[in-house]
Amino acid sequence: MNVPVSANRRQFLQGTSALGLVVGFHFSGVGRALAAEPAGEFVPNAFIRIAPDNTVTVICKHIEFGQGPYTGVATILADELDADWAQMRVESAPAEVKKYANSAFGVQGTGGSTAMANSWDQLRTAGAEARARIIAAAAKKWGVDASTITIEKGVVKGSGGSATFGELAELAQQTEVAGPFKPKEPDAWKLIGAAKLPKVDTLEKTNGTAMYTIDVKMPDMLTCVIERPSRFKAKVKSFDGSAALAVPGVKEVFAVPQGVAVLATGYWAARKGREALKVEWDEAGTETRGSEQIIKDYLALAGKQGVVARNDGDADAALGSGAKVIEATYVFPYLAHAPMEPNNCVIYRTEGGGVEMAYGCQMPTVDQQVAAGVLGLKPEQVTIKTLLAGGSFGRRATPAGDMAAEAAHVMKAAKHQGPIKVVWTREDDIKGGFYRPIFVHKLRGAVDKDGKITAWDQVIVGQSFMKGSPFEEGMIKNGVDQTMVEGASTLPYQIPNLRVSAHMADVGVPTLWWRSVGSTHTAFSTETFLDQLAEQAGVDPLEIRRKLLTKHPRHLGVLELAAEKAGWGTPLAKGRARGIAVHESFHSFVAHVVEVSAGEDGLPKVERVVVAADCGIAINPDVIKAQLEGGMGFGLSAALFASVDLEDGRVVQSNFHDYRVLRINEMPDVEVHIVASKEKPTGIGEPGTPPIAPAIANAWSKLTGQHVFTLPFSHAAAKA
Amino acid sequence: MQKWPILIAGALAIVAVGAAVSAKQPDPGATLKSVQSFASIPDEKQRSLALFQEAGKVITHPRCMNCHPVGDRPFQGDDRHPHMPMVVRGVDNFGAIGMRCTTCHGPSNFDPAGVPGHPEWHVAPVEMGWVGKPLGEICEQIKDPKRNGGKSLEELVHHMAEDSLVGWGWNPGVGREPAPGTQKEFGELIRAWVDSGAVCPAT
Amino acid sequence: MIKLTVNGNAVEFDGDPSMPLLWFLRDERGLTGTKFGCGVAQCGACTVHVNGEPRRSCVSPMSALEGGDVVTIEGATGKEVDAVRAAWVSLDVPQCGYCQSGQIMSAVGLLGANPKPSDEDIDLAMTGNVCRCCTYHRIRAAIHDAAGRLEG
Repeated sequence: MNVPVSANRRQFLQGTSALGLVVGFHFSGVGRALAAEPAGEFVPNAFIRIAPDNTVTVICKHIEFGQGPYTGVATILADELDADWAQMRVESAPAEVKKYANSAFGVQGTGGSTAMANSWDQLRTAGAEARARIIAAAAKKWGVDASTITIEKGVVKGSGGSATFGELAELAQQTEVAGPFKPKEPDAWKLIGAAKLPKVDTLEKTNGTAMYTIDVKMPDMLTCVIERPSRFKAKVKSFDGSAALAVPGVKEVFAVPQGVAVLATGYWAARKGREALKVEWDEAGTETRGSEQIIKDYLALAGKQGVVARNDGDADAALGSGAKVIEATYVFPYLAHAPMEPNNCVIYRTEGGGVEMAYGCQMPTVDQQVAAGVLGLKPEQVTIKTLLAGGSFGRRATPAGDMAAEAAHVMKAAKHQGPIKVVWTREDDIKGGFYRPIFVHKLRGAVDKDGKITAWDQVIVGQSFMKGSPFEEGMIKNGVDQTMVEGASTLPYQIPNLRVSAHMADVGVPTLWWRSVGSTHTAFSTETFLDQLAEQAGVDPLEIRRKLLTKHPRHLGVLELAAEKAGWGTPLAKGRARGIAVHESFHSFVAHVVEVSAGEDGLPKVERVVVAADCGIAINPDVIKAQLEGGMGFGLSAALFASVDLEDGRVVQSNFHDYRVLRINEMPDVEVHIVASKEKPTGIGEPGTPPIAPAIANAWSKLTGQHVFTLPFSHAAAKA
Repeated sequence: MQKWPILIAGALAIVAVGAAVSAKQPDPGATLKSVQSFASIPDEKQRSLALFQEAGKVITHPRCMNCHPVGDRPFQGDDRHPHMPMVVRGVDNFGAIGMRCTTCHGPSNFDPAGVPGHPEWHVAPVEMGWVGKPLGEICEQIKDPKRNGGKSLEELVHHMAEDSLVGWGWNPGVGREPAPGTQKEFGELIRAWVDSGAVCPAT
Repeated sequence: MIKLTVNGNAVEFDGDPSMPLLWFLRDERGLTGTKFGCGVAQCGACTVHVNGEPRRSCVSPMSALEGGDVVTIEGATGKEVDAVRAAWVSLDVPQCGYCQSGQIMSAVGLLGANPKPSDEDIDLAMTGNVCRCCTYHRIRAAIHDAAGRLEG
């Protein structure tokens, strides 16, 4: 890990704000080289560095954009080492797939709510190794038996004396211990599962020193904004940059595959320059349909069975057996992720002909390859500094590494040889594609005379963002993109005749995973349709789930916990109704019970949300609570308001005034309950999102008698 | 591109708020008839009425109505949608404590972001609320010193003709349709209406 | 030449008068704690204090800031600031953290004018500050917590 500090690295760091905070934690993705690299470090493996100054730095292979992995990895290692929480530091890993691959992907990257799940064994083992070598070093130093040595809050004690990790670092580095290294038993955990452990990155996020990509400043750096086409994938036919170049501060104007780039001394000049551009676009072959037409086309497909993803029993026979058949058609819009920090990337040349990119990089391996490809470099000549990012929700990971490609194209085309910061505006973000795709679901269910659900047939129509991507091979199985049907094809309810099929439609709109991926739509259709069937059967929504989930104890566990805490079945204030939903995603289980009333504007007002979750061992319960609060809010935001609409292939919305997002006055009271578990940790960044929309819709139908088939609610309210 | 095997699992609603808001869309480039053009109406009462109805094109225009809500929340845009983000008049009509009108609205329009501005930017007092009311009712309200900020008819003429916040309606910045005519023409209509007896429409 | 103070320091600006204060602070003064989120006063990430009141710097042209007294997250001091920051840390409010400078500047502005706000007061003062991580539940709790700290 003792890489020499290159001139460029120094240059980069000089331009950034020195963190240098000494209160509790020094969390830094980039601050490392501010101090001279000290000798005498203990670096047992790729994840730990213990310095003579007694700091323990965890090298985190997952990006921190709010889901808490930096705190999570520090917790796992601190506990394994019995370190003092205050001596822990976190630093982001360089792009090095051999050391830092995500075991769930095979490449280095963050996503799929995998950060803790795939750090769990890896980091506990890494910590156990470090611990064993520290103890062996102390034993050597004091001439005592290793078994007599203990560690408490970062202090190593034995009959020979006591020492800090820092004091033992150099010796530990020279001390080899044969593996395997066995992690602690759960009863010895002190930090894992602790109700409240301060997060490692909070302080910097309250005083303005936390550094994001947009904050990077380097000598000779120019800011770039790009004029983009209003139809996706249109190309620049011609442009006139003379007026743009006349704007003071504008240095260069040139075409790139993404549009026309304007380079200027700062953002404002670049933006003014962009406004002064005249661009003619070649729109040949672009998508020209509007959302309405795309939905119409999907509805036609939904009437026919698609490629089968799951087929239990004989759904057709059961549907035709004379049982009461219920049908429902659901429509889901395009959704933008709209993270608070719009896309951006800083790119600059390094010594020896290489290039470095500093940004909120979610898929280092992909981005490294893509940038290298554009610039004609070898992947290892492209280094990446992963910075904090202002949210992602899926947006910063695209299968084709679009942000890296864009930055590389700008660098390649620019005359300017210094650093370039490419910045997206909010309008670029909302209009820029990579949406959660439009989906249409058609469901048919049969309820027999005894109130038993005998058949369930679900047809899902949408666009596959896996098709044509490097992930296609892994994610498209037997002709079905698993991310389109997950949550439906994995329906846990015991229904004897169940078929789920899908149509993958071709649309010229870039689409992408969005917090909880397939579950963004499948949780809604399955959980609200189940309520409709329950209504037909005359069974309480909680009761029908209990009956159909007898083989799924973890679903049942969260369902019962949420129902109990919410007082399911107890009388409600006038004008309120309850709804319930349960859903598994990313191997975690979440149930929501909500109370809604009629809002003033034709929308439901969500008064209270009770959340119960089972994500295995809760490493950081308070981080988990935060993810369940926030994940719920994110889902609520989309359910109530969010829709990106196309007209003639062009996006209607442009900013937060018309791509409406949840605000504090719309945030309900929320309480979170975590199921105690001994299972391995599973995902938490995404699983909090799916159940909220169906839980509200279920409550809404109880309140108003109206079933909800279209999201967002505001669309239906506007039409009413 | 290299392929990697992987195993991962997995319009702003224009909603009616409170009282009915006129759905009438503004007429782009709308003009006002001059006072002169009403001279042919012999009956003074009828003439006064016609003058106010003409001035009513301004009064009921979204540039004026949006900030004369009968409730706590102003509206915005030519489509008269509820102000986004949610803002309220507060105790002094200059916004909530902690989020005053001046949090976003500066002394003049900021066209690069489409945010309107004026040094006195605020919501009209609730007793001057017009949204959803017929023109006759608005007219009576305008004349009533208890509901017009204690103005005499003379002061009212001055306010309509000279006040620069009223005048913003004809200089609303990008993305907003100006009120019909000019403030001068509007002021002249109000002057003539007052001089002809300030007659209000029946409803 | 426009003269103003930023975090107590006298500064001058003779560039494009239409440049929003946000970009003067970020690109010219290196004060990057104030964030760009929307550019149209819809999200509040750029909130600073001008003459003691919260103001969205992304829609505040430099031309309107002659003689202005600007305070950013980096320079904010006082008992409300201390209370808010302590509450934010104690409740671990931030997730991605990007909006939090703006949230804090708005919360400080609220508490300066209303030291004991109700839930409704908080909602009305903070509704202009978007948080896509939806930390709203904790923001509300932290403002109450800060109010308690101010009470002593």
